[in-house]
Amino acid sequence: MPTLTLYDAVGAALTEEMRRDSSVIAFGEGIATKRRELVDEFGGLRVRNTPLAEGIIAGTAVGAAATGLRPVVDLLFAPFLCYAMDELVNSAGKLRYMSGGQFSFPLVTLAMTGAGWGVGAQHNHNVEAWFVHSPGLKVVMPSTPADAKALLKSAIRDDNPVLFFLDIGLLYQPGEVPADEQTLPLGRATVLRNGQDVTLVSYGKTVQHCQQAAETLAGQGIAAEVIDLRSLKPLDEAAILTSVGKTGRLVVVHEANRLCGIGAEIAALVAEQAFSSLKAPIVRLGGPDAPIAASYPLEQASVPQAATIAAAAARLCAAQPA
Amino acid sequence: MKPSHPASDPRQLLEQMLLIRAYEESIVSGSAAGKMPGTCTSVGQEAAAVGVVNALAADDLILTNHRSAGHLLARGADPGRLLAEVMGRRDGYCKGRSGSLHISAKELGVVLTSTIVGAELSMAPGVALSQTMLGRPGIVVCFFGDGAACEGSFHESLNLAALWNLPILYVCENNQWQAFVHRREAMSREHVADWAAAYSIPARTVEGNDVFAVLAAAQAAAAEVRDSRRPYLLETCTYRTRGHLEPDDQGYVDQAELAAWLARDPIAACRNRLLANGSLTPAQAAALADRVSTRIAVAQAFAEASPFPAAEELCRDVYA
Repeated sequence: MPTLTLYDAVGAALTEEMRRDSSVIAFGEGIATKRRELVDEFGGLRVRNTPLAEGIIAGTAVGAAATGLRPVVDLLFAPFLCYAMDELVNSAGKLRYMSGGQFSFPLVTLAMTGAGWGVGAQHNHNVEAWFVHSPGLKVVMPSTPADAKALLKSAIRDDNPVLFFLDIGLLYQPGEVPADEQTLPLGRATVLRNGQDVTLVSYGKTVQHCQQAAETLAGQGIAAEVIDLRSLKPLDEAAILTSVGKTGRLVVVHEANRLCGIGAEIAALVAEQAFSSLKAPIVRLGGPDAPIAASYPLEQASVPQAATIAAAAARLCAAQPA
Repeated sequence: MKPSHPASDPRQLLEQMLLIRAYEESIVSGSAAGKMPGTCTSVGQEAAAVGVVNALAADDLILTNHRSAGHLLARGADPGRLLAEVMGRRDGYCKGRSGSLHISAKELGVVLTSTIVGAELSMAPGVALSQTMLGRPGIVVCFFGDGAACEGSFHESLNLAALWNLPILYVCENNQWQAFVHRREAMSREHVADWAAAYSIPARTVEGNDVFAVLAAAQAAAAEVRDSRRPYLLETCTYRTRGHLEPDDQGYVDQAELAAWLARDPIAACRNRLLANGSLTPAQAAALADRVSTRIAVAQAFAEASPFPAAEELCRDVYA
């Protein structure tokens, strides 16, 4: 099986989908410069650099998507999405509904986020929950190159606007990627490790931290189940509920601010629908309500680490049910 | 329903303007009577809408904004379905989900209407990109106001359209008002057209209350976009003679300025000109007025008879 980085997996997905469907186009901040191979194969009309103007990039994608193209736009860093909020939230997310279903918006927005490069809070801000909270949008955040490729292919084929977040810390990690043109449905989580005692739910780079924590826990005789959500909307509620139904204990882990984050939604879901299964309180581990510092130790401290996750899970397993 | 053919008879232009006026006045009175929500009218701006829309071909695409009644009706929209939309009824163009402020009608080529000031400008390059890349002949017409021209999206849109050679006819309806603020308080220049030169986009202004002048200018502008496949900006200078959002007492309006513009009412000007040059007799003028009021009465009856959407439709059409 070929080995690719997540960054190259994105390029492979773009290449395959642009070959498959001539309505797929890609434009954004430096995409024609950095992904020269796409320009070489598909030409400068289908792969374009743009001004550094996120609003018009996203707005152009919205207009193009509504009238027959399938644009993929690269807005570089997630905090830059603030400049594109009207276009993504008010236009892409709402105009299908507001027009009574007359239009659909098959577009993908790529944005990088997360700790790893010490770029500071205006380049690193995990804003994915904002878009989960906005109707009409789908949200994906893969944790491996293979998933990134297969999910991006599905996102491009999807008739809805998809926010596709790339974790900076994972971008250049290599991983095995199937050579065939595999897709993965949006909205399906994956169970990376089976366990009976506690469920660790995560997405993005903290999936690896959960897997490391599960190793530590195994050494303590605790069998942790690790779930990678992969998509945040649609959310694979069944995968979460099935696992918690088995383990009775839940730790939700993400790098984004804990306050009103995805973890809060998952905790509420489990409290509402699996309360009787719970043997211990739900634990949420997430970033603080603070901008992310550039300084490396502070940046890393904002991310739930494996030791913290393992300790939280071990405490849950030690607690006796009431 | 397909886009209506451009008017070939000047009396049709007058009739379209009368229809727009009567339609919007019916919403104003319906709103005052508590039968409809308030709306943003384009009363006073009818010539600017009718002149431009009648310069377009059936395969051209229109993006518009919250003051869209003129564009929709001139394009051939059914006033009954429009009023049904305003009243939140199932037979509205958008199944009652839009209300008056964001009506799109894909079948008429009126795509992607947004009430977010400037959003139409942000989406127009994408629509034009589709036209270009998919080999469609139609050009894209983007209606916006002087308020939207003060948004960043105006400048970003013009820059990209010029850079990418996009066939967009930008039509700024400069109605002197940006919600409750006079254009003079908000714009560094007298005219929006002045800004187009910064992006190497040809532009001109036209007297927006003269439907014949607007039609001629728009025909020339549309022909230039069609031939060059590049953007052009036409600024129609007009005046919003009613308030921003009904009901509105217009207490903030300079009464002398309002009176001066009311004296230049586009409908009266057109009617008087046609009467004076013999294209229209007083009897024909009366017949036009009657036909329009009948159409509005029929439209109102249709809208009122249309059912509200069922509760099950609350979450339909959110996702494709």
